[in-house]
Amino acid sequence: MADDLLLARGLVVAYGRPGSLFTRRGDSPVVLHGVDIRVGKSETVGIVGESGSGKTTLGRALLGLIKPAAGSVVFDGSDITALDERARRPLRRRMQMIFQDPMSSLNPRHTIGRILIEPILLHGLAKSHAAALALVHGILDRVGLSRGTVDFYSYELSGGQRQRVGIARAVVLRPDFVLADEIVSGLDVSTQAQVLRLLKELTGEMHLALAFISHDLSVVRSICQRVVVMREGRVVEEGPCERIFAAPAAAYTRMLIDAIPLPTTDPGWLSRGASVEVAASA
Amino acid sequence: MTAPRLAIEALSAISLRDGNRPILRRVSLAVATGEVHGLVGESGAGKSTIAKAILGIIPSQLKVTDGRIVFEGRDLLSLLPKDLRAVLGRDIALVPQDPSTALNPSRRIDAQMTDGLRLKRGLSAKQARLRAHALLEEVQIRDPKRVLDSYPHQLSGGMRQRVLIAAAFALEPKLVIADEPTTALDVTVQKQILRLIRSLQERHGTSVLFVSHDLGVVAKICDRLTVLYMGKVMEQGSTADVLAAPRHPYTKALLAANPRYDRPDTGLEPTPPEVIAALRAEIAAFDAGVAGSR
Amino acid sequence: MRDPKVVCAGGFILLLIVVAIAAPWVAPKDPLAQNLLMTTTPPAGFPDAEPGFLLGTDGLGRDVLSRVIYGARVSLTVAFVAAGLACLIGSLLGLLAGFLGELVDALISRLVDVWMAFPPVLLSILLIAVIGTGLHSVITAIVVIDWTRFCRVVRTETKSQAQMDYVVAARTIGFSRPAILFREILPNVVPVLIALLTLEMGIAVVVEAILSFVGLSVSSDTPTWGGMIAEGRQIVHEAWWVLAAPLAALFATVVAFNQLGDGLARSLDPVLRR
Repeated sequence: MADDLLLARGLVVAYGRPGSLFTRRGDSPVVLHGVDIRVGKSETVGIVGESGSGKTTLGRALLGLIKPAAGSVVFDGSDITALDERARRPLRRRMQMIFQDPMSSLNPRHTIGRILIEPILLHGLAKSHAAALALVHGILDRVGLSRGTVDFYSYELSGGQRQRVGIARAVVLRPDFVLADEIVSGLDVSTQAQVLRLLKELTGEMHLALAFISHDLSVVRSICQRVVVMREGRVVEEGPCERIFAAPAAAYTRMLIDAIPLPTTDPGWLSRGASVEVAASA
Repeated sequence: MTAPRLAIEALSAISLRDGNRPILRRVSLAVATGEVHGLVGESGAGKSTIAKAILGIIPSQLKVTDGRIVFEGRDLLSLLPKDLRAVLGRDIALVPQDPSTALNPSRRIDAQMTDGLRLKRGLSAKQARLRAHALLEEVQIRDPKRVLDSYPHQLSGGMRQRVLIAAAFALEPKLVIADEPTTALDVTVQKQILRLIRSLQERHGTSVLFVSHDLGVVAKICDRLTVLYMGKVMEQGSTADVLAAPRHPYTKALLAANPRYDRPDTGLEPTPPEVIAALRAEIAAFDAGVAGSR
Repeated sequence: MRDPKVVCAGGFILLLIVVAIAAPWVAPKDPLAQNLLMTTTPPAGFPDAEPGFLLGTDGLGRDVLSRVIYGARVSLTVAFVAAGLACLIGSLLGLLAGFLGELVDALISRLVDVWMAFPPVLLSILLIAVIGTGLHSVITAIVVIDWTRFCRVVRTETKSQAQMDYVVAARTIGFSRPAILFREILPNVVPVLIALLTLEMGIAVVVEAILSFVGLSVSSDTPTWGGMIAEGRQIVHEAWWVLAAPLAALFATVVAFNQLGDGLARSLDPVLRR
């Protein structure tokens, strides 16, 4: 489709050597079994799945951090899977990532200022340190952090503040596409709401395409337009949120939605919905 | 009205390292026989502290300053360690949060499950294993023998949690404390585990204190709720009342901030600053009142 | 953060360094000057002590204090040069092993495994038999044996750092691989390294003492703590101070290095634990 910013076809990703010491017997080393996904310009797409669904691996493959065994990822017309690291570098500015755990995604030995300024200088968005700092101040204002944050270290901030720094870092380079990998999973519900709201506003203002990975369908519903449901390395179903949530076509999707407990008393909920098949893992 | 199985009365605790910052502020709640009582709050609200106080495992930097925990007519806080140990494991059991760290990775499952049975009930190794086998069947594990002979890392998260639940119910306790038992699990596995806990609880008439930050989960399994914020009870009542018609602004804010898949624009409402200010004021007034009465 | 132990230990080491460098001016007497009329005189404060010889004299009438001071030169030289070189070589290989991928890691790790299989004492004796005695041989022996210690620790630390999300973040931002190694990974490996280095210095001092004790270190003219201990051992009943002084100096120095290393490890690491 002409509007697609990111188009992945037939992605196959495999890890490790079968039967090596590090894989459990019976574990397939293939994590993605030929996945197709597209993200349009300025579109927010949710990628949902339970553990083992391969959603995190898919995200990293989309960013070119993992080399797929087969398939292609085309970003704005260029096939990034065919490029080597050096050729990919100019595209890096346009594809950014926000991580689940801001503690491990912010280098504890760097000040926040350094974490935000260095990428700006690297890509030449500002020519001097002072100019870069001005840009950083602007982005800190936008995400609701004080300008003094530049002098802090990550461990001096709260979880919500750290996550905002993660968001700031992702958008300060004015990318076209952002991957958010389980970014609200460890947060309190109120902080989660703040972060989601911020993200929704930013994607609107900056016309960002966003791929939002989450295990929590309710969170995906709150900010995504389309959703891709994954299970064990395959896409089960995908489509606009309204349709998928109102009338899911696949049995697995139905089971997934049905398993979400809403904060309402519903005496029949527990006994309703026998599992499609008791997953081998349970 | 019969006496509750567990009654926490005005429990207060402070943090010794933080300049005696209050951690629990006169928390009172009661769990009736056969009731599943939800203790809801965000992280840092003090829910785990309450669970640990009941089990007698409060970390050394916290200190209980006031209140009682009455179980079967006795104040657990005033028991001697050996008397407390007699009560725990037999009458009070724990389903912990993280199944991967709660099990000893270097011991097989049957050894870990039969410990309690052999120690507390004096069963022989063979009898204990038979009982463990029956318990695993009760938690709907299809191949109990294989599981008993396995090490924890050979089982999935959901399976491990079932083992822990089986272990908790093994001695037919009167009270089970479930500390965020489904937080680490996938949502489909979570539903199965909740179903399991409910059915075991109904069958044995066990009371459950269900600690969670997830309003959806407590809605489905709890009969009554206690909503906790900064160590203070904000609201209490039947689950239906608290969720359908919340009275305290904190409960309302919590409900509003929760995203719901059936309502597209939910989950984007952080707690308004006025509510936070009002909550802070309420807490401050409480602390001043406590200090004043000293 | 200013742990009193670290400050004391650091201060002592610093003092020792200053004294060792300034030995010609600080030492009261010539450490090699023999005075056969004043052999085995006790330290100041004891009966029959000679003025000017604060720690007494040894079997050849040489001033014990001056010999201890000059001995510090040897010990500290070995500590810094040997430990420093072992650290440099081992850390470099460890960084490469941890960062450059499976093949390089496998090669370097196998090398370390094979190397560590040689019994260290035998290896050092063999080495010195071949190269000959002297300070350079002692240093070489220590470096040849102990670089593997640094390599292993740095490799493990580098590997764990390389898994961190901030390394992935640096990749997505577009930093080159060398830049990632030096900006993101190295600063987080350095604290562990510094702690290990100071501990290694303590080890180097002891190794030198042992080698000079058995006469495999510098020539017997230059005073070394180990050599003094060897001499003092033989006349310990008549002149206990000849053994006690270098032993005390050795002990104090090694303890100081250990405390420094231990304290540094703790004060530099909490960044991550906070």
